[in-house]
Amino acid sequence: MAKFTEDDLKKDLKDKEYEYGFYTDIESETFPIGLDEDIVRAISKKKEEPQWMTDWRLKAFEAWKEMKEPNWANVNYDKPNFQDISYYSAPNSKPKYNSIDEVDPELLDTFNRLGISLDEQKKLAGVAVDIVVDSVSVATTFKKTLAEKGIIFCSISEAIKEHPELVKKYLGTVVPQRDNFYSALNSAVFSDGSFCYIPKGVRCPMELSTYFRINQAGTGQFERTLVIADQGSYVSYLEGCTAPSRDENQLHAAVVELIALDDAEIKYSTVQNWYPGNKEGKGGVYNFVTKRGLCEKNAKISWTQVETGSAVTWKYPSCILKGDNSIGEFYSIAVTNNFQQADTGTKMIHLGKNTKSTIISKGISAGKSQNSYRGLVRINKNATNARNFSQCDSLLMGNDCGAHTFPYIEVKNKSAQIEHEATTSKIGEDQIFYCNQRGIETEKAIALIVNGFSKEVLNKLPMEFAVEAQKLLEISLEGSVG
Amino acid sequence: MSLKEKLVSSYLAFESHLEEDSHVHEIRNKAIRTFEENGFPTIKEEAWKYTSLKSILKKDYSIFPKGNTAVEFKDVRQYFLYDLDTYKIVFIDGIYSSFLSDTTHDGLDVCLLSAALNKPKYKAVIEAYFNKIASKNSITSLNTAFAKEGAYINIPKNKEVEKPIEIINFSTGNEAALMVQPRNLIVVGENAHVQIIERHQSLTNNAVFTNSVTELFAEKRAFVDYYKIQNDHKNASLIDNTFVNQERDSNCNVHTFSLGGNITRNNLNFYQNGEHCDSTLKGVTILQEKQHVDHNTLVHHISPNCESHQDYKGLYADESTGIFNGKVVVDKEAQKINAFQQNNNILINDNATVNAKPQLEIFADDVKCSHGCTIGQFDEDALFYLRSRGIGKKESEALLMYAFANTVLETVKIPELKRRINKLIANKIGVNIGFDI
Repeated sequence: MAKFTEDDLKKDLKDKEYEYGFYTDIESETFPIGLDEDIVRAISKKKEEPQWMTDWRLKAFEAWKEMKEPNWANVNYDKPNFQDISYYSAPNSKPKYNSIDEVDPELLDTFNRLGISLDEQKKLAGVAVDIVVDSVSVATTFKKTLAEKGIIFCSISEAIKEHPELVKKYLGTVVPQRDNFYSALNSAVFSDGSFCYIPKGVRCPMELSTYFRINQAGTGQFERTLVIADQGSYVSYLEGCTAPSRDENQLHAAVVELIALDDAEIKYSTVQNWYPGNKEGKGGVYNFVTKRGLCEKNAKISWTQVETGSAVTWKYPSCILKGDNSIGEFYSIAVTNNFQQADTGTKMIHLGKNTKSTIISKGISAGKSQNSYRGLVRINKNATNARNFSQCDSLLMGNDCGAHTFPYIEVKNKSAQIEHEATTSKIGEDQIFYCNQRGIETEKAIALIVNGFSKEVLNKLPMEFAVEAQKLLEISLEGSVG
Repeated sequence: MSLKEKLVSSYLAFESHLEEDSHVHEIRNKAIRTFEENGFPTIKEEAWKYTSLKSILKKDYSIFPKGNTAVEFKDVRQYFLYDLDTYKIVFIDGIYSSFLSDTTHDGLDVCLLSAALNKPKYKAVIEAYFNKIASKNSITSLNTAFAKEGAYINIPKNKEVEKPIEIINFSTGNEAALMVQPRNLIVVGENAHVQIIERHQSLTNNAVFTNSVTELFAEKRAFVDYYKIQNDHKNASLIDNTFVNQERDSNCNVHTFSLGGNITRNNLNFYQNGEHCDSTLKGVTILQEKQHVDHNTLVHHISPNCESHQDYKGLYADESTGIFNGKVVVDKEAQKINAFQQNNNILINDNATVNAKPQLEIFADDVKCSHGCTIGQFDEDALFYLRSRGIGKKESEALLMYAFANTVLETVKIPELKRRINKLIANKIGVNIGFDI
């Protein structure tokens, strides 16, 4: 076999097209493009929402109208025209299914091609999948098992109808409507998403998982996720994304809110593989997401993300450590290739005493991409004995990409202990030489090194997801990950 | 009338008194326009996020110092390196004091910018260097527009300057509130060596607002050591803008000791234009009361095979605020760069604040860049160890502080200066030990 060099790798990376790019032809019911109060009302009506929800949306829309798009992120892109997007689209077959057989076979085929066999997952992984195709939840599995434990896992529109007291109490408490431009937009027009409630003291017996997918041309997807872990409960939530190949830029502005009450623990894992655009940098998804979690006393929130897709990513899963002794964690791998741009990181806001946070961020940039880490660690005056450890490492492949770190550290308490480390490097020639010397060929060596580089984060993923994450790393950096 | 309006309207009067050629005049006109458009930076600007100038700008500063302030040498002797023979350029309230200074034209130029701007024989140098690397942002432009006085140092090729050069800015505050804008131009020729000490020292408690700009050009193989001592009184505020341009094989070290002042902002910028450059940026900041120091550094690696080292230590007591905003940019062509950035902070009181933002922006793949940042407090065990050996609490803390800052202090190459800084630190902490350990 010819010697595989880094140049080959670079070439491979360049030529790698999006593997999951196809378009499912399901008749969709789509709203006219544009956004005004009537559209917001119409979405609300369509979802058969109660009046309080419609008002909530309208309030967000009012706020949004006055807000400006943020431009502080280290990304360049054509600003989407918000009047040029259709804000609602749903697959046509309306009635809900009780079994998988009733689901549109074409849709099932889509998932099969993505390697997400519902049947297989039901049997093997024990994962309940709430599949969202263009904003409407199509199938929910394992609902019964969960219901026995008192766990509520459904689409957010269902939750608004069936559990209004919970939604009313928590929606918008962690990410307020006016928090930022995209959260306001999302609050006004969100079409669907997931809702999860774990009752007091319950340990969720399986990993909860949702697959999002943008499917209809020209529709932005506005997901809203709300996860509430009541006192002493535990839940591990998985989220994975793939999107079909298309030239038009698509907007994805989701909001995820996590609430961990006293002694609760939430583990939230994401594998994101939206269409990154072709190798000329045309097309691709804009991923502008607001994710935030609130920790009460002794609670713990752990974010793990593997970001391989999207043309532009703008995402900062954050933790507000409000209760004493609470813990926030952030583990991230962000891979950018071709013309992708990622500006991602986290915010750890320490408010309570003895709060701890850990940040591990790994950025891998290849092609002509730009990869930024932007994070904030804030220790407030009353957060005595707060502890933070941050590490952000970047790996550069090729000479046309960039890696950036923008860590903000703000400390107002003398008992705080903060450590921050960052390194930027390429795969060292001496590292490869060391491997070669021990009979490991270059291709394997690169795989080994990239694997080792991201190991700390990959280890944090639940078993069910680790496989998929590996697969996505493979797609993004084929030839380097074995 | 706001300070900005006052400055803009004063410029017209200032302009009419200028005698210099049109080249510099044009630069000034352009600069004042930039300032007029942008005004003073506000906290809305990312680079000024943590430092608000609002409280400083409220005062009614007189812009053109009246001068003729007499200062007796015996009163200020302690601020010089009196046990060492040095060249001295001394300014009192922004006006040159020939009485206290010791300048030269013998083999090298250590003199005044006003002379360089006005005398035809310096025209070529001014055209080649003046305002060439100073950034064109608002605050620097303000200085450029009014740049009149400051140090002009030109070291010719292969010259090893045998004694250090001191640039001392005294402020007496004989006027209620004074704004001064010193402008220094330093050109270090090929293979030349020089050590420069720049000091800002206020003599009274009156309000002073200094907006200083220094341009330093290090030619091929030049070797420059630059020490900044900022020990103003608590009503004095300082914005220090320093721009260093390095050519190949040059070596440039800047040490900044920020011990005083109300609001101090250091904008220290390095541009490495040739291969095998070495840049060192180090600083010790010790603050008390409501002091505020903001270190904003930039190292821009433009050429390959260069190195940069940053090491900033901060000790913050009472209600003081320390900011470190370090930025390393590595251009696409700048391969084989080693860039290191280190920022360690100790909070001594609960009301002190540290904001740190160590940034890396890297466009080249074959580089080694790292930054580390820590915030913590005194090690209780170490304190206990010292106290169990009969050392008082204050002294123990002082020793630990000194040890903490030692990685910066140990690279000060002038022993007399090092002793002086040690003493300043001891005074600042309020202990009577020499640290000559």
